[in-house]
Amino acid sequence: MSTRRHLGAVAAAVMALSLVAACGSDDDPAADGGNGQDGGSGDEQVTISVSNLPPATESATREAFLARVEEFEAAHPNITIEPSEYEWDVTTFAAQLAGGTLPTTFEFPFTDGQALIARGQLADITAEVQELPYADDFNPSVLEVAQDDSGNIFAVPTAAYGMGLHYNRSMFEQAGLDPDQPPTTWDEVREYADAIAEATGQAGFAQMSQNNTGGWILTTLTYALGGRMEEGTGDDVTATLDNEGTRQALELLRQMRWEDDSMGDNFLFDWGTINQAFAAGQVGMYIGGSDVYNSLVTENSIDPSTYGLTVLPLEGDDAGVLGGGTIVGVRPDASEAERDAAVKWIDFFYMSKLTQEEAALADAEALVATDAPLGTPALPIFGAEQLAESDAWVADLVNVPLEQMMSFKENILDQPLVPEPPVRAQDLYAELDAVVQAVLTDENADIDALLETANTNVSALVEAG
Amino acid sequence: MNATIRWVRGGGLSTLLLLLPLLLVFGYFAWFPIGRAVVMSFQETNLVTDPAWVGLDNFRQVLEDPLFWTSVRNTLYFTGLALLFGYPVPLVLAVVMSELRRGKGLYSALAYLPVVVPPVVAVLLWRFFYDASQTGVFNTILGWVGLGPFSWIQEASSAMPSLVLQATWANAGATVLIYLAALTGVRGDLYDAAEVDGAGLWRKVWHVTLPQLRGVLLITLILQVIATFQVFTEPYLMTNGGPQNATVTVLLQIYNYAFRFGDYGAATALSVLLALFLAVMSAVYFRLTRSWSTT
Repeated sequence: MSTRRHLGAVAAAVMALSLVAACGSDDDPAADGGNGQDGGSGDEQVTISVSNLPPATESATREAFLARVEEFEAAHPNITIEPSEYEWDVTTFAAQLAGGTLPTTFEFPFTDGQALIARGQLADITAEVQELPYADDFNPSVLEVAQDDSGNIFAVPTAAYGMGLHYNRSMFEQAGLDPDQPPTTWDEVREYADAIAEATGQAGFAQMSQNNTGGWILTTLTYALGGRMEEGTGDDVTATLDNEGTRQALELLRQMRWEDDSMGDNFLFDWGTINQAFAAGQVGMYIGGSDVYNSLVTENSIDPSTYGLTVLPLEGDDAGVLGGGTIVGVRPDASEAERDAAVKWIDFFYMSKLTQEEAALADAEALVATDAPLGTPALPIFGAEQLAESDAWVADLVNVPLEQMMSFKENILDQPLVPEPPVRAQDLYAELDAVVQAVLTDENADIDALLETANTNVSALVEAG
Repeated sequence: MNATIRWVRGGGLSTLLLLLPLLLVFGYFAWFPIGRAVVMSFQETNLVTDPAWVGLDNFRQVLEDPLFWTSVRNTLYFTGLALLFGYPVPLVLAVVMSELRRGKGLYSALAYLPVVVPPVVAVLLWRFFYDASQTGVFNTILGWVGLGPFSWIQEASSAMPSLVLQATWANAGATVLIYLAALTGVRGDLYDAAEVDGAGLWRKVWHVTLPQLRGVLLITLILQVIATFQVFTEPYLMTNGGPQNATVTVLLQIYNYAFRFGDYGAATALSVLLALFLAVMSAVYFRLTRSWSTT
């Protein structure tokens, strides 16, 4: 063999071996429980990773976060915290969970809770949560989103909101409407939308319709009109998409779209794009979670003076408001020690802001220092009194135009909170996306037929479990 | 033993070693995931705990999903429209450009320019152009000649043609370059002979250019069919399957199973079905066209 061939063979062998080594290096954290630690609880050393470390561009909140980490580690010398900038993304969640890059604790929205529990992608932390001093004080309709049928707890709710009607005050004024007197009935919503569209040439009222948001908002409207998407509990849940409330809700959308032409020209909004359009002054009113203002400020640079928020009009015997919020869960492959440490972190980092004045003030000061919104109306995780008390602690630091949201804040606690459909909520929403889109893009859409088909399809999924 | 030594001395070993990195990279990043996907299509998994074998349940679920046939119909519709508009356009452009005496480079660059624009940027840009209001970019331009306003992607009937229009604009450039390269291989004396026989431009194209490009045309046709069957970026970014599921394609359905609903079993089952269909279709296509391909 020539020298050149020798060299070629050696070089190829080195490359091949290094590749094998790279591929084969077993640094898969999932193999050891995702975080490189295992073992039982107690005083043994344990390391957990935690999500939502603010990015370096938000230095004040990041420093505050890291300071809290140090404080926690000082109080729990056997626990090491590895903060991560991970933020919930439904499209990458499962892959990150499988790949071991998902932190031990992570935040996610209420709406995904039941699906994650059903797929076994959350750890059962019932025992750890029940040791917390306030375990029995949770608002039951809020805690429900993190529980399975047997009442086992898989996550801890840390923030809750109710759905509300967001409106653009300056568009109200342009249309000759009083921005301090937002609509209180659905007929008024329709009238106001018509007036705004007439005066501004923009959408008086807009509706999300993509990525399951169409079904989500239609469910909100249905609840507000006294309907329910599913009835029953446990194994006896049945789909009831073709209820009178949904029919009325779709009829309202049909009238605004085709009779009044007050919904603009875009009918393919999702959460991100409708917020963008609203902040840009292209939408007069829309339905969304009461915490959306935070995103409108940080993501869409909304002019605060144009923003208004009110409660959804409730009509019908059994009308209620759909709730939402943030819950914090733990990786399903976390060891007992990691679960224990994770719940201690959740208690320390998330819950103390709600239950201890000092922690609430420190968190509020860090938010205000980076001009992050503080004071957006929320729903109680525990009880109304506790929420009022924690609001009072930080009242002097509030930097959102709260007076423009008072119509919501003063009335939301009087509205009955209704949780999301218990079985296959996301599939149900996806099915209803097409129904909402049909009503908004096809003048001859047959609402009864659409609902009947959607109900048949969702019933099959609900029966399959 | 002697044969082995001969093989080593003949360079067999070094060839194998040189090939090994490629085999490993390809094996790890392409064949292994394909194999895993086939296995997963028979399992129910949350990607953490041990998967459960479910036989053909995933395939049954996918085939019984009301959106399955909708997505198949939509994909066929996209493929059909893309062939109708997207297949002849690059050929016509290439033939016209090859006839140009000056500025050929400039026109090639202009034709190729859309390919340089990142697909996501291009799709989002077109979504903006497709604004259905009277002040939308396309509606304003068409309004100058008294047309529109059109609903574009906001209406079920016009959404898919709108996607095809954008895809044709975005992808034609690459095919134009392939045709231009192939056209340089057509012998000039054939055109001269045709001209002597009194052939005009159209007859020269029909009797000389097209037969000479036959091999390339057959390949680009099957490549386009395979690519359009896997259309995803356009419906995902432009309409997300809407309105009324009018643009839900097979690949978008696969994506939704996996990343919207976390059902990896159903997603891989549908992927396997699509791969099988494309493999069979390609095999049949090459068998049927074997006698036509003379290059």
